[in-house]
Formats: sequence, structure tokens, C-alpha cells
Amino acid sequence: MVEASHKLYVKKAVPASAWRACLQVLRRDLLLSLRRRSEFSNPLFFYVIVVSLFPLAISPAPKTLQMIAPGVIWVAALLATLLALEHLFRSDYDDGSLEQLVLSPHPLAALVFAKVVAHWLVTGLPLLLLTPMLAMFLHLSAQQTSILLLTLFLGTPTLSLLGAVGAALTVGLRNRGLLLALLILPLYIPVLIFAVASVVNAGVGVVVTGQLAVLGALCVLALCLTPVTTAAALKVTLT
Amino acid sequence: MNGQNNINTEVAPLLNAQNLLCERGERVLFANLSLSLYAHQALHVRGVNGSGKTSLLRILCGLLPAVEGEIYWCGRDVRHCQHEYRAQLAYVGHKSGIKAELTAQENLRTAQMLLAHAPACSPTDALDRLGLANVINLPCGLLSAGQQQRVALARLLVSGARVWILDEPFTALDQNIVALVSALIVEHVQAGGAVMLTSHQVVALPGIELNYFTLN
Repeated sequence: MVEASHKLYVKKAVPASAWRACLQVLRRDLLLSLRRRSEFSNPLFFYVIVVSLFPLAISPAPKTLQMIAPGVIWVAALLATLLALEHLFRSDYDDGSLEQLVLSPHPLAALVFAKVVAHWLVTGLPLLLLTPMLAMFLHLSAQQTSILLLTLFLGTPTLSLLGAVGAALTVGLRNRGLLLALLILPLYIPVLIFAVASVVNAGVGVVVTGQLAVLGALCVLALCLTPVTTAAALKVTLT
Repeated sequence: MNGQNNINTEVAPLLNAQNLLCERGERVLFANLSLSLYAHQALHVRGVNGSGKTSLLRILCGLLPAVEGEIYWCGRDVRHCQHEYRAQLAYVGHKSGIKAELTAQENLRTAQMLLAHAPACSPTDALDRLGLANVINLPCGLLSAGQQQRVALARLLVSGARVWILDEPFTALDQNIVALVSALIVEHVQAGGAVMLTSHQVVALPGIELNYFTLN
């Protein structure tokens, strides 16, 4: 046995690709979400409940609902994302998996990106899939619904990516929920403004490609900048 | 201050720390600390509670930045060869790094994928060597503290890393398993690896010389 393990040190280290490490992190996180469903289903329930309370509280009149729908749906989606983000790094921090991720020779930014993708797949994507039903509750037209879905498709990844930076900074703290909201909400505002404006404009027949382009640009910007920032924030958190 | 294995004093150390200064809060835990870890060496870091053993290990891993001082891996500053260094480093700390919802095998598979090189032994073999063959497909949350610690230690075998940094590796282990883990450490050191560990128990490593480094 000693001889066998001695050979290992002689064998030249073949670098396994960072790509495969990321895929494994993605797969692990999806598996974990599957095994603790409540963690990601709670924000979705929250989303559905908040949106469906508005017709009861304000007015069931289709006209009113149509008017408030883009804002209501987007605010609820934003808060649901924020709620879900608290769990992004928490269990990894608590059980020490985060230390192991940081100690991996692979670039932490790439591994973190894989975690955010997994997180979006179990929170952002189901949110997107639930939206047509909620849009119907609120009497949104088919055209507005499709624009709404497009804004959510471009916007929720941005929310997850930006939120990851805040989640990384606050994961070691006790009052993380409130602090996370305070840190991240200001960054969410541009996404909210452009997304809601494009759905509202689509309702009155104005061309919305400009707003959608801005949302897309924000998404690309977040894709480029936040993984590195999140990785740096995690390293600070662990010290 | 630090014991050095007499066979290896003339060769370059694998890991070398120079003039480390560590502060936690406002308190200086240690200053001007230098130590070397050679191949074929097992180093036991001793000290009273709060003397900075864990901080020292975390600094050496790169989890905690030292306020002052440098760390060299094979003679090169670790900041310039992080990839090579991390590829040869395995750390088991107070937090196990084990996911309660995943089985032992799934946990080790993740550990294996995070490596930069081909795994040294399969997750199944590693768990088998630590006597966990019968619980391989149970979620780790159902395992006892000692069994979870063994899953964490199995990561060392999978990693094939040359340097093992172990913070209280014998916590929650029963006597037989302590002997088993000690035997794994001896085997690793004899095969050319290096081990740095902290422990409040008496560490018996039959067949190799155990060096001590004391923090005060």
C-alpha cells in the first residue's frame, strides 16, 4: 500500500478542467435543492401569495389590475429573489464546504458562478414559469405577458448575480437578512425601473427594444463583473 | 523551536513560513513565527487554547491572511504559485465540509472534482479504508459525529495532496479509529508526504518521528 501511494507523488499532476469542477458544483447544488425543497419553494410561495393578494386588497377591476400588474409582479419577484438569496452561501458557510471551495485550485469565481447558476435554476426559473398564471390573474394581455416574461428572463439572472455579492458579504453575520436587503436593493432599482417601464410601454403600444437592450446590457455587465467580486467577498468573509 | 527531521534538514522544505504575524481582533496571537515543513515529516502544533493553533493552520492554508510574513511553497512565494500549492494541499478543519443531505459517496465525489489532478483513490476505496463501507449510501446527516469526521478525513485519501493540514483530526473518533487514522498519517509521511496537525490528545505515530512545534 505504501508503494501504491508513493506512485501518486511520482505521477505528474494532470490538471482536471475547471469546467468539470464547475459542472460538479452545479450538479451538487441542484441535488441539494432537490433534497431540501422548502428552502427554494418558500420564496416561490411568497411570490404567488403576494401577487394574488393584490386583487383582493385593491380592486378586482380588470383595468386597475392591468395598470398595477407589471409593478406588482416585478416587486414580488424582486423580494422573492432577495428572500432566496439568503440561502445561497449559508449552508456552505455553516458546514465548511465554503472553505473547501476557496481552497480548491480552480478559480473561485468560476465555482461561485456555477453556484449562482444553480441558484437561478431553482429560484429564478420556476418564478419565470409561474408568471404566466399570475399575469392571467391580473388581466395582462398576451403581448404584455410575453414582454413581462422577457424582462424576467433578462432581469432575474441579474438580480441573482448582484445578490450573490451581497450574500457573500453578509453570510458570516447574524442580522444578514436586513443588511443584505439594504446592500442590494439600491443595485436592483435600475433593473426594476427598466423592466417595469418596458412592460407598461408594451401595454400602450410603444416600442420597448431600448429598455430591453438596457436590461440585457445590465445582465451582461453583471455576468462579467459579479463572479469575481463575489469570490473576493467570500474570501473576506472567511477571514 | 521547531523540530526538524534529521534526514531532511539539507533538503528544501515543502512549506516554509517566515516571520508570520497574526492578529485576531486587537490581540496579537503570535509574531515573528517561522516554521518549515519537510517531506517525510509529521509536525504536531501544540499550544494552550487560544494560542493561535487554528489561526496558524488557516494562515498556512491561505484561508486567513497573515498581517505580516511570507509563506513559501517549494521555495516560491505562495502568492505566485497558488494553483500548484492548492493542488498539493488538503485541509480538514473544525468544520467538516460535509453536506448533511448528501451521501458520503456524493460528498467525496464533489471533493474529487474540486481537485486539480486525477484522484489518488476512488471515493469508495477511501471510505472503505476508513471503515465506512456499510454507510456509503446514507445521507451524512444520519451519521454520527465520528463517522462524519471520518468522511471528512477520507477526503485526504481522495485528494492525493502532498501536504495534509489537519485541525483536531481525532475529534469524536473512538480509539480504534484514532489508531487507523494515525496509521494513514504514518503511511502518508513514509510515502513522501507531510502532515501538520493539532491535537489535544497524545498523538502516537508508530514508525515515524513526530516533531513538535509549540505556540506560547
